[in-house]
Amino acid sequence: MRWVWIDKFVAFESGSHGSAVKNVSLAEEQLENHFPGYPVMPPSLMIEGMAQTAGILVGEARGFGENVILAKIRSARIDRYAVPGDQIRYDAKIESIDKAAAATSGTISINGEPAGTVDLMFSHVNKSMQAAGLPDHNFVFTEQFMQLFHSIKDPATAG
Amino acid sequence: MTTLTRSEVLGRVQEVLVDALGVDDDEVSENATLTDDLGAESIDFLDIVFRLEKSFEIKISKGELFPDDILSNPDFVVDGNLTEQGVNELKRSMPHADFGDFESNPDVSKVPGLFTVKTIVNYVETKLSAA
Repeated sequence: MRWVWIDKFVAFESGSHGSAVKNVSLAEEQLENHFPGYPVMPPSLMIEGMAQTAGILVGEARGFGENVILAKIRSARIDRYAVPGDQIRYDAKIESIDKAAAATSGTISINGEPAGTVDLMFSHVNKSMQAAGLPDHNFVFTEQFMQLFHSIKDPATAG
Repeated sequence: MTTLTRSEVLGRVQEVLVDALGVDDDEVSENATLTDDLGAESIDFLDIVFRLEKSFEIKISKGELFPDDILSNPDFVVDGNLTEQGVNELKRSMPHADFGDFESNPDVSKVPGLFTVKTIVNYVETKLSAA
C-alpha cells in the first residue's frame, strides 16, 4: 500500500492555503478490518490526509528545502464517518510559518458537508539540524508527493 | 492597540496555554512552570510563540522569549552548570524572568524552571509597552 492519503490537489495558493480531495474506495485495505462488515475511513487516516495536504503546502512555501515533519496535532475533531463512495476534502491554511516550524488550520468536508477540523504543527528539519538516525536526504517530499504537488501546477504531467 | 491591564494580559496568556498544552484553566497559575507543572515539550514552545503572536498581534523573534542557544554554548556551560558568563548572558536575554536564587546553584537542569506563566506575562507586557 502506498502511504498517500490524498488523491489530488484541487486548489493551491502558494504560502497561503491549499485543498486536496480523496475518494474513499471499498478496495482499500484499511477498510477490510475497520470495521468488519461496517467499512468506514479511520479518522486517524483523515488526520494523516490533512497532514499530507498541509505538509505539502508548508513544504512548498519554503521551496521544498527541508523535511517537513508532523510535530504536533494542535487539535482534531472528526464529526462524521466517510464511507466507500464518499469524497473527503481537506482545506488547509498556513496560520504561522518561520525557519523552525509552521502551524496550520484545516477543515474537513465529506461530499461537501462539514465533517471536522484539524489544526497541526510541523517542524522543519534540514541537514544542519538533522537528528541522529534520520536519513540525510529529503525523505518527506519523495517523487510520489511531488507528483501530487505537480498535479495542481501542471495537470497534464501528473502521474 | 488598546492598552491591556496585567490581568487582561494574564487572561490571554492563560487562554493560549490552555489551548497549546491542553491543561485546565486552574492549573495555569502565575507561578506554574511550563515544563514541570504544565507538561510542555519542545514543540510546544514554538506553538506557544505562534499563539502569542496571534493573540497579541506581536512578532516574536527566534530565541527572544525562550533563548535556545545559550545552553549549547561551551563558553556558557561547564560540567552541567552555567558559568558566570553564561548566567549573565541568560539574564541579559531573559529580562522578563525571575531568577530568584538560581545564581547560587546555576544547574542547567533548573533552567526550564525559569519559564513560568509569569515569565510570559512579563515578556508580553514589555513587548506591548515597547510597541
